[in-house]
Amino acid sequence: MSKLKITKDTKYTVNKDAIESLLTELKKQKFKTIGPIVRDETIIYDELENINDLPIGLTDVHEAGSYRLKEREDKALFGYNVGPFSFKKYLFPPKLTILKSKRVDGKIKIIKENESVEKLAFFGVKPCELHAILIQDKIFIEGEYIDNYYKKQRDSLFIVTTNCTEAGSSCFCTSTKTGPSADKGFDIAITELLDGDRHNFIIEAGTKNGLKILKELPLVEASKNDLDTAEQKIKSASENMGRSLDTSNLVELLLGNLNHPHWDDIAKRCLSCGNCTMVCPTCFCSNIQDVTSLTGDENERVRTWDSCFSMEYSYIHGGAVRASNKSRYRQWMTHKLASWQEQFQTLGCVGCGRCIVWCPVGIDITKETKAILKQVTAQAEQSAQAEN
Amino acid sequence: MTHLSNNKPVDTQITNAAFIPEMFVIKKIRKETEDTFTIELAAENGETSFEFLPGQFNMLYVHGCGEVPISICGDPNRPNKLFHTIRMVGDVTRAIRRLKVGDMLGVRGPYGKEWPIEKAEGKDIVIVAGGIGLAPLRPVVYHILNNREKYKRISILYGTRMPSDIIFNKELESLRGRFDIDLYVTVDRADQKWMGNVGVVTTLIKNSNFDPENTTAFLCGPEIMMRYTAIACQQQGLAPENIFVSLERNMKCGVGLCGHCQYTGKIICKDGPVFNYDTVKDLIKKREI
Ligand SMILES: Cc1cc2nc3c(=O)[nH]c(=O)nc-3n(C[C@H](O)[C@H](O)[C@H](O)COP(=O)(O)OP(=O)(O)OC[C@H]3O[C@@H](n4cnc5c(N)ncnc54)[C@H](O)[C@@H]3O)c2cc1C
Ligand code: SF4
Ligand code: SF4
Repeated sequence: MSKLKITKDTKYTVNKDAIESLLTELKKQKFKTIGPIVRDETIIYDELENINDLPIGLTDVHEAGSYRLKEREDKALFGYNVGPFSFKKYLFPPKLTILKSKRVDGKIKIIKENESVEKLAFFGVKPCELHAILIQDKIFIEGEYIDNYYKKQRDSLFIVTTNCTEAGSSCFCTSTKTGPSADKGFDIAITELLDGDRHNFIIEAGTKNGLKILKELPLVEASKNDLDTAEQKIKSASENMGRSLDTSNLVELLLGNLNHPHWDDIAKRCLSCGNCTMVCPTCFCSNIQDVTSLTGDENERVRTWDSCFSMEYSYIHGGAVRASNKSRYRQWMTHKLASWQEQFQTLGCVGCGRCIVWCPVGIDITKETKAILKQVTAQAEQSAQAEN
Repeated sequence: MTHLSNNKPVDTQITNAAFIPEMFVIKKIRKETEDTFTIELAAENGETSFEFLPGQFNMLYVHGCGEVPISICGDPNRPNKLFHTIRMVGDVTRAIRRLKVGDMLGVRGPYGKEWPIEKAEGKDIVIVAGGIGLAPLRPVVYHILNNREKYKRISILYGTRMPSDIIFNKELESLRGRFDIDLYVTVDRADQKWMGNVGVVTTLIKNSNFDPENTTAFLCGPEIMMRYTAIACQQQGLAPENIFVSLERNMKCGVGLCGHCQYTGKIICKDGPVFNYDTVKDLIKKREI
């Protein structure tokens, strides 16, 4: 252990072994660590044993409707962006029993069971992923009613963020102000520095818990040179986003143009498959159904992820409110980018690009927004000219 | 107001506190029409005390079947009696109808924003209901009757498709007998016995007696009916800010967590179901929102 006085506002430099020690330390503190691993040719999140599980020397290449892994020239641990899954499923599981009840002698009893949650540590949380968690916090634990399961899991959660030093071709977190580096919400943040043989990491604590673990690592205070390099890399990532989105006027642009013909144009392409909602780290819609034992006496109410692309989603007696493809795509996109702001005082999009990458027909939320903006602006100019 | 788990997580419990219903017992079932009925619910220990505001709703849960949002339709001054009037349209509402006196029904609530009855004091009141839409407005009628002196002229305009669809027959008859309330009932299609008005409920607006400068209107019914009624009210000089409507969307949780009842920036279960017409008038014109 170092004799350095370790504080929250200081950044330190560590080597690769310290990253391994960090994982060991988390294990010692009884955390189950979830982080990036390679499975089925994608980078997903699952339990991490040691740093050899990480996608070392791999990166992900994104385009609208396409994703593949590629070998890097170096052995970076965090040299990828985002795969199909976010950390969402750990706090907001795709399937969860929310209530159990039982019929006993004609009476219905609610069964109250005590269950405990696993203490989780999320490792390698990209800043957009971190912001997605902060956004879901607003929905599940910062509103009038709270989701107990989410809260329990969230309260014991430890977050290790890794700042991005390279942006992917479908990323636009600079536009959504959710990356490429994190300034809040983490327990520990890491920035990877790789230069020839020199493989180091800038590390800092964001919370007391983070500090406690940091103190167990072999640290040296980061040199000005290292700090400058890290800053430079993050800046370059920020300036080299594959995509961009003008977020300045989205509410007016989208909710003010609900009948814009461009929605029909998108509807011609959209398959209404709901992939975009399933991969999105902020989407929170759910359905609740009863699952009953054969006798009908025992019952569980099971909550599952739902998608605004299904017909049942908006069903009220007589039919779906959003029966057309167009209205369902419009619901999804206006929600992410506009209505979310009224509902939760934040954008519903963190610019991770997943909905673009995993859309089977490559529909691109940033391009569609630009198309509407362009047409609306052109129209406004035309009518201004007509008036003159 | 809300008496269930409002921001109070149950610490030892994962089972979602916000989703735990309280079990009630069915005390009475009254048939209103062929497809509509009213139930009275009582707390399991017999000591019912269910406070609510007019316009709020409960999530009613049938064990092993499902849960649906249903407005509370009793007298807000009598929290010892919990009433719901329900139209059978599908699985859960039919399952509720199959329950018998003594059977149990889960209740979560009350949820949602109420009709602004206190702000409407000192004014003329126009209540316009279509079909089952009279149920969410019945607590308003009770409140007004309990506080008659606080309001000026009261008009209740009620329309159904056919005479056989009229609910709360007895209560309507007794209201008709009062000199301090104007009640008009109309049907879209008459049968041979019907001697009353025929025509959609919007046609009644122009004949009713209110001071447009000093009136609050409460509308509940199918969206299209509320939209045309609001237009008719405005034609009589009523400002959109003085008109209130109750909106309906698919709801799974009733507490703003499931996403189903979004209406652009609004989440109907918690921001509504009652809305000031002025804030939704542009949306209500659009399709598939
Ligand atoms: C705030 C509010 C207050 C209501 N008050 C009343 C009332 O006082 N009396 C009354 O008879 N009805 C009322 N309704 C409508 C009632 O909730 C639906 O008729 C009921 O959900 C239909 O369920 P079902 O399973 O019988 O029908 P199905 O057609 O089998 O519906 C399947 C599921 O879709 C959803 N769903 C279907 N229709 C609606 C709907 N109109 N609104 C919301 N969710 C729906 C429900 O989750 C339902 O379980 C109200 C709706 C809302 C939103
Ligand atoms: S809307 Fe698309 S880009 Fe935005 S957070 Fe969701 S998946 Fe990522
Ligand atoms: S936008 Fe793409 S991913 Fe989303 S529903 Fe349409 S086809 Fe599926």
